[in-house]
Amino acid sequence: MDVRSQVSMVFHLDKCIGCHTCSIACKNVWTDRQGTEYMWWNNVETKPGTGFPTAWEDQEKYQGGWEVKKGELKLKSTGPAKVMANIFHNPHQPSMDDYYEPWTYDYENLFDAPEGDDQPVARPVSRVTGEYMEVEAGPNWDDDLGGSEIYAANDPNLDALTEEQRQQLSAVERLVMFYFPRICNHCLNPSCVASCPSGALYKRGEDGIVLIDQKRCRAWRSCIAACPYKKTYYNWHTGKSEKCILCYPRLETGQAPACFHSCVGRIRYLGVLLYDAERIEEVAKLPDEEIVEGHRSMILDPWDPEVVAAAKANGIPDDVIESARKSPVYRFVKEWKIALPPHLEYRTLPMLFYVPPMSPVMAGKEGDSVYHFTDGNLFHDIDQSRVPIAYLAKLLGAGNEGLVRYALRKQKAVRLYRRALTVGDVDEESAARALREANCSVEEAEAIYRLTALCTFDDRFVIPPMHREEAIQMIEEPHGHRQSVGFGFTAGPKRGL
Amino acid sequence: MTQLSHYLDQLLFVAVPYVALVLFFLGTIYRYRAETFSYSSLSSQFLENRQHFWGMVPFHYGILTVLAGHAIAFLVPSSILAWNTRPLRLYILEVSALAFGVMTLVGFLAILARRRSNSKLLRVTSKADWVLYALLLFQLASGVYVAVFHPWGSAWFATTASPYLWSLAKLSPQVDWVAALPWAVKLHILNAWLLIGFFPFTRLVHILVVPNPYLWRKRQVVRWNRDPRTARLVQR
Repeated sequence: MDVRSQVSMVFHLDKCIGCHTCSIACKNVWTDRQGTEYMWWNNVETKPGTGFPTAWEDQEKYQGGWEVKKGELKLKSTGPAKVMANIFHNPHQPSMDDYYEPWTYDYENLFDAPEGDDQPVARPVSRVTGEYMEVEAGPNWDDDLGGSEIYAANDPNLDALTEEQRQQLSAVERLVMFYFPRICNHCLNPSCVASCPSGALYKRGEDGIVLIDQKRCRAWRSCIAACPYKKTYYNWHTGKSEKCILCYPRLETGQAPACFHSCVGRIRYLGVLLYDAERIEEVAKLPDEEIVEGHRSMILDPWDPEVVAAAKANGIPDDVIESARKSPVYRFVKEWKIALPPHLEYRTLPMLFYVPPMSPVMAGKEGDSVYHFTDGNLFHDIDQSRVPIAYLAKLLGAGNEGLVRYALRKQKAVRLYRRALTVGDVDEESAARALREANCSVEEAEAIYRLTALCTFDDRFVIPPMHREEAIQMIEEPHGHRQSVGFGFTAGPKRGL
Repeated sequence: MTQLSHYLDQLLFVAVPYVALVLFFLGTIYRYRAETFSYSSLSSQFLENRQHFWGMVPFHYGILTVLAGHAIAFLVPSSILAWNTRPLRLYILEVSALAFGVMTLVGFLAILARRRSNSKLLRVTSKADWVLYALLLFQLASGVYVAVFHPWGSAWFATTASPYLWSLAKLSPQVDWVAALPWAVKLHILNAWLLIGFFPFTRLVHILVVPNPYLWRKRQVVRWNRDPRTARLVQR
C-alpha cells in the first residue's frame, strides 16, 4: 500500500444554477493576460450540449486519454512510439477555431464618433489581431440550449440514447437541460503529464495538484491533445501551455480556490482523500463495467489503522490525515456513493466527482393540458426522468446505469424523507420505504440533507494544511525567498529579440 | 585583384566562420541559462491548423534529410566517395538529394505563404523571424540552385567543402579548398555561416531542446517537496 493524499472535489449538479460566477472569478484572477483570453480554466456547460472546446468529448477527433491495448495502458494520442513522427505537426491538436477567437469591443467609438445620423456602435475587435471581426463563436455558445438543434445535437453523449429518447429530449413539454461546470480534474493517472515530451507537467506529490512548469514547457503541445477533458490550453503569446492550478497559492494559505469560494449555488466541495497509489495502473486498466467501483476502492478509509500507519510511513502529516477524516468529498464519494467521476472510460482517474442532477419528472400532453406521470412506484420518475439515465451514465458512470440510478434514488429518498418531516404531504411509511429501498439510513439521510442544504463555508471546504512553508523554511533563510516562488513570471514572458 | 579576392576569401571563409561559431556556442549557452523561458519555437499551429501541415511536415523531414547528408559528407567523406564508385549509385544519391532539397524548399515556401497570408500569424511573427526566414529562403534556394547547375555535389563536396571544414575544425584554416568554387556555392557556404551565427537569437534554438528523454522516462512525473520514504525535504 502506497498511501498518498490528494486534494479532491465534488460538484453537486443538482444545485448548479448555471450563473458562470465561478468562470468569471477564475478569469479575473488567472486568465486575463494576453494569450490567455480564450482560456476558461473553469467553464460551465449546458448539457445536452457540445461544450467547450466544441465536442471535447469526441475522442475519435481529439484522441485524448488512455486505451488498453493487449493488456497495456497506452496513450491514445502521441505516446513514445508516435511522438517524434508527429512532433512537427500534432494531428489531433485543436485550433483556436475549436474554441473561439477572443474579442473585446471598440468602446472608444461610443465617445469619439463624429456627429452623424446614426447612433455610434461598439464593434467587436479581435484580441488576437486587434482588427474588427465577426463574432462566430464563444465559450458558452450553446448556453441554455441556445441553438441546440445545431449544437447540442452533436453532443457525443447522445450516442447512448435510442432514437426515440433523442426525439423526446427536444419535445417542448419534455425539454430538459442541466449545467456541467468543469475545471481540471487533477487526475491520478493524468494523460497530459504522461504525454509531455519535455517532462514539464507534473503532479505534486503532497496534494496531487497537476501543474505545468512554465520554464520546461517547450510548446510541443502534446498535453492539449492528450487531455481528454481539454483542460490544458496553449498560450499563443508566450508559447507555453497553461492549465487550472487549483488556485494552489490560495490553498497553501488556507483559502478555497476562487471558483469554489465564489460559487453562488454552493455546489462545490473540497477536501483531501487518501488513496493507494500502487493500484493506479491496475485500476486504470479495468474494463468499463468495473472501473468506477475500482476507482472508488482506491480511496482509503482514513480511520482504518492500517491505512493510517501506511500514511504515516509515507510521511503524510497527522493533520492531513485528520483533515481527510473531515473531508466532505470522502462522504459524498465513498460513504454515500452519490458522487461519480466524469468519463472514467478515458482512464485518467479524475479526482473531481459529480453528484448527478435530479431532473423534472416526465410530462406528457393530452389535448391542451400537460400532465405528469405518476404511479405507485416512488422511483418511477427516476427511470422515466427527462434526462435519460443512459445519458447521465455515459457522462458520469462510464456507461454503468446502475451507479447513476443508485445516486439518484438516494437523493430522491432524502427528499421524500425531508418532505415527510417538514411538509407532511408524504406519509412517513412511504418515506421510510424510500430510504430502505435507496440503501440509506435515517442518520445518513440527515447527514446528506445537512451537507447538501445547510452546508456552511467550513463544511464545504476542508482545506488540508499544505505545509509548503517547510519547502523553504528548513533549507534556506525564508526572507531571501520573498517573491521568488508562486505563480507568475519572475521575468517578463518575452521571447526572441 | 587576386590579392584582394584572397583577403576577401580570408574574411568570408575564415573570419566569418569563427565569429559565427563563437556566437553560436556562447549565444546558445548564455540564452539557455538566462532566457530559458523563450528556449523553444513559438508554435503557431494553434492559430492556423490546416496549412500548417502542408508546410511543416515536408520542410522538417526534408531539411533533416538534407542536413544529415551534409553531415555524413563532412564527417566521413570517404563513405560517400566509396558509394559513388558506381555511376548508378551516384545517380540515385544525386536525384534523391535533389528531391529532398526541392521538398524542403517547397515546404518552406508554403510556410512563408502561410505566415504572410494570416493576420493572426503576423501577430506572433517577430523581426528576428523575418530575418531568419530571409536567410533560410536564400539558403534553400541557393542549395537547390547548386544541386541543379553544379551537379555531382556528393562527389565534389567530399573533395572541397569537407577538407575545408576539417581545416577549420583543426584550427588551421585552408581557404584554398573553397577559393575556386563557383560563386553560387560560395554564397551558399557564406549564408550557412550567417545562419549559424544568428542561430542563438532565433526560434531555431528549438533544435537543441528536442525531447529525447521522453522516449525512456517514466510515464508519470511526480514532484515531491518532501521525499515520502525518508520524510526529508527534496533538494532541487
